[in-house]
Amino acid sequence: MSTNVLPLLTPSDLTSDREVRWCPGCGDFSILSQLKKVLAVLGVPRENLVFISGLGCAGRLPYYLSTYGFHGSYGRAPALATGLKLANPDLQVWVVTGDGDALSAGAGHLIHALRRNVDLKILLFNNEVFGLTKGQTSPTARAGTCTKSTPEGSVEASLRPLSIALAAEATFVARTIDVDVNHMSEVLEKAAAHRGSAFVEIYQNCKIFNDGVFDYATDATIKADTVIYLEHGRPLLFGKDRNQGLRLNGFEPEVVTLGHGIRIDDVLIHDEKASEPTLAFLLSRLIGPQFPECLGVFRSVQRPTHAELLDESFRLGDPARKLESLLAGDESWVVA
Amino acid sequence: MQERDSVAIRFAGDAADGMPFVGAQFTATSAIHGNTVCTLPDPPAEIRAPAGTLPGVSGFQVHFGKLAVHTPGESLQALVAMNPASLKANLFDLEPGGLLIVNSDAFCAEEWEKAGYVANPLENGLMQGYRLVAVPMDQLNREAVARVKLSSREVERCKSCFALGVAFWFYERPLETTLAWIHDTYAKNPPMIEASTRTLKTGYQYGETCSAPLGHYRVGKAENSAGRFRQITGTKALALGLLAAAQQTNLPLVFASFPLPPANELLHQLCEWKQPGVKVIQAEDDLAALNLALGASFGGALGVTATTGPGLALQSETLGLAVISELPCVVIDLQRAGPSAGMPTKSEQADLLQALHGRNGECPLIVLAPATPADGFAIVLEAVRLAIRYMTPVIVLSDTFLAQSAETWRVPSLQELPEMGVTHAVPTGNGSSAFLPYERDTHLARPWAVPGTAGLEHCTGGLEKEERTGNVSYDPLNHQRMVAMRARKIAGVADELPPLEVQGPAHGELLVIGWGSTFGAIRTATERCRSKGLAVASAHLRHLNPLPQNVGAILRCYRRVLVPELNAGQLCSVLRSAYLIDAISLSQLQGQPFLLSEIERKIEELVIS
Ligand code: SF4
Repeated sequence: MSTNVLPLLTPSDLTSDREVRWCPGCGDFSILSQLKKVLAVLGVPRENLVFISGLGCAGRLPYYLSTYGFHGSYGRAPALATGLKLANPDLQVWVVTGDGDALSAGAGHLIHALRRNVDLKILLFNNEVFGLTKGQTSPTARAGTCTKSTPEGSVEASLRPLSIALAAEATFVARTIDVDVNHMSEVLEKAAAHRGSAFVEIYQNCKIFNDGVFDYATDATIKADTVIYLEHGRPLLFGKDRNQGLRLNGFEPEVVTLGHGIRIDDVLIHDEKASEPTLAFLLSRLIGPQFPECLGVFRSVQRPTHAELLDESFRLGDPARKLESLLAGDESWVVA
Repeated sequence: MQERDSVAIRFAGDAADGMPFVGAQFTATSAIHGNTVCTLPDPPAEIRAPAGTLPGVSGFQVHFGKLAVHTPGESLQALVAMNPASLKANLFDLEPGGLLIVNSDAFCAEEWEKAGYVANPLENGLMQGYRLVAVPMDQLNREAVARVKLSSREVERCKSCFALGVAFWFYERPLETTLAWIHDTYAKNPPMIEASTRTLKTGYQYGETCSAPLGHYRVGKAENSAGRFRQITGTKALALGLLAAAQQTNLPLVFASFPLPPANELLHQLCEWKQPGVKVIQAEDDLAALNLALGASFGGALGVTATTGPGLALQSETLGLAVISELPCVVIDLQRAGPSAGMPTKSEQADLLQALHGRNGECPLIVLAPATPADGFAIVLEAVRLAIRYMTPVIVLSDTFLAQSAETWRVPSLQELPEMGVTHAVPTGNGSSAFLPYERDTHLARPWAVPGTAGLEHCTGGLEKEERTGNVSYDPLNHQRMVAMRARKIAGVADELPPLEVQGPAHGELLVIGWGSTFGAIRTATERCRSKGLAVASAHLRHLNPLPQNVGAILRCYRRVLVPELNAGQLCSVLRSAYLIDAISLSQLQGQPFLLSEIERKIEELVIS
């Protein structure tokens, strides 16, 4: 982000007077506070910021900001936000959703917002469980997860939000994690700067119903081996000694250790600008413990936004057909 | 020559016979000639039915008269049948003695067998009860265009002009409108101009020479008031209403819709009439469509969607959100026969209770219904006006029948359109006191505070609101007050509604009351009964929630109240429960408009008993 723009706001300017109702220790607190820091330095006037959400714990976020907000129905936030952008393309519109909201009820709306490339910043707080409804399975819950609705363990395959976003032609796709505040700020800033649909999955700890599900990615003693921080143009290396990497074996990714004939040139290079999302998709499929999981920007490409294309088509419209002539139609007659 | 007050004629044929074109030309010509006209297309039941079969028959009905006609007519005074299947599918609607024009060239054994006849229906006096005019149209058309160089498909296409020419002669219609149309349409294809013109005139002369001894019919001109007139379908009237509302409110219009028939036609129309400031988008489903519209309304635009019954069912969730977040939007429901997908091409009025009550919680909103195809224009303007004034969703209940049929409409000038200036909320005072997004004005409406306005930042949504502040509140008494407030706001709309008017005696034996597309049938049936001396009045509701204030008083002026509806008695039950009167339901559920005779018979039964 540019640093020569004076901050218009402080995070406290963005704080509403409403009491925050998340459970103590919830990962949402960290996201809210990083978000406020990022928003404060964007240079966007507060009245032009809008937060649209659906239902669930994440859906409460708009109430805790002093911007405009709309807390809609379960899963429909992307559609509400698309309508808002149609009405006023100049607003900066953020969608806040959870794994249940975005992928149980809202998957249909989510993929259509992404494929349209509506200029929205979509944040999916993924805690892999239903929180507000008190602890049932979620579409992102890993197979075998025991919840109140799956006491014997979930038997359903889990959805990977980033794979879905990429399949839906999203132009910006990233992942970050609630406790890594610096990384989160960086990703949120990039999402805010992106023109078009920006989709960010945030691993978020649900203290009450799924505590510690992302420990592997936050525990300082092991995370070097379980997480790859994506850097555009750099080899996909990880490990305490950065001596492990990802390489392709046919169409399959595999983890290799440098040395013993394996050179850095064998390791895949991350390319977030690739015209095809193939590599990003492959990375979005990686889950532990077999693979390290990726954090950072998977894909960041440009294509015209929904509003730009619509404006284009409206300009091509026929301004000669004024209401008056439409009212009269092609065949009218006059009675004197 | 025989004089007629009005005539209903139906053109029927295969998809390739161009009946919609013939019907449209006959309509325009009759209207320009000075008749009042109502029309109804009858598209084939299947999109690609085999030629010559009953499911492939498409029709177009035109009712034109010198007095006001309110319906497309039911029993026919004339039928033009281009093949045996269209004769078979339509003959039962032709009155005894009615004019029957057929293309005799299409009545070969193979064709009449395909239509299910065991013998040629044109032979052996089978059509004795009608005035049969059998015209070898294929042959005469071929001869008429023989000198023009055309493909065989183009020759075939000309045949519809021949049939039109014959019909024009029988009803003394001038050819000018169609000739002008031919010139415009085939401007780049001079041979088709020549051929179509020739065959049209040949058809007309055929009438003159071959049928002259039997004479033709005359339907005099109607005494229209002065002004510019046109023929307009229900769909076009709704579309124009939306464009006029956008212009008069000076707001961007966001129209989002999922293309369920018959609502898809409105989507197509608005796309075709691309206007500055009007954004039209095909949504991924009906639920998304209303969310798109509502999001647009939140952003200060005019959010509108159009759908049909199953789509309205999906939208009930979002209507609840619109009611509690108190944002203006308009849902146009073009009702079709249900439940579920039902009969997608057939009409019904069975979504009334869904519109009134089909949501969770206490969730009142405004419900309107146009009475005629052209009334869609005025009703949409009214819907938009009320939505904005009361900050509420409004449902407009039209239906398949109204959407597709057409009538003569006096074109309003721009000066005649209602003033609808809108001002979004602006910050008041010095900005020291917090903005109250749920403060109310004299109509109990909250301010329309639009993102982008500094000082009015607020968060709305689907959770119960605290009075005035709009903060989330689960306080029991606050909830009770908010439920009552939302109810009072909508009930208060009645204060500004025009009183319900009655046609016929102000007191008496029977009042026939209806809503929506039954207007024409009820009006005509009661007029006919009054001309027979029966003390029967009629009234028609355009506002269904809230109802005009005088409805109860009017109902009590009659010994009995009859409510004809194309549902199982939905308005009837509303009136019974609202006014504790013993209203009688006349229900019809056949996917078709009422027959006048159905209503007349019931009126006679009630008045005479
Ligand atoms: S239930 Fe879980 S996700 Fe929801 S607020 Fe509590 S800790 Fe956070």
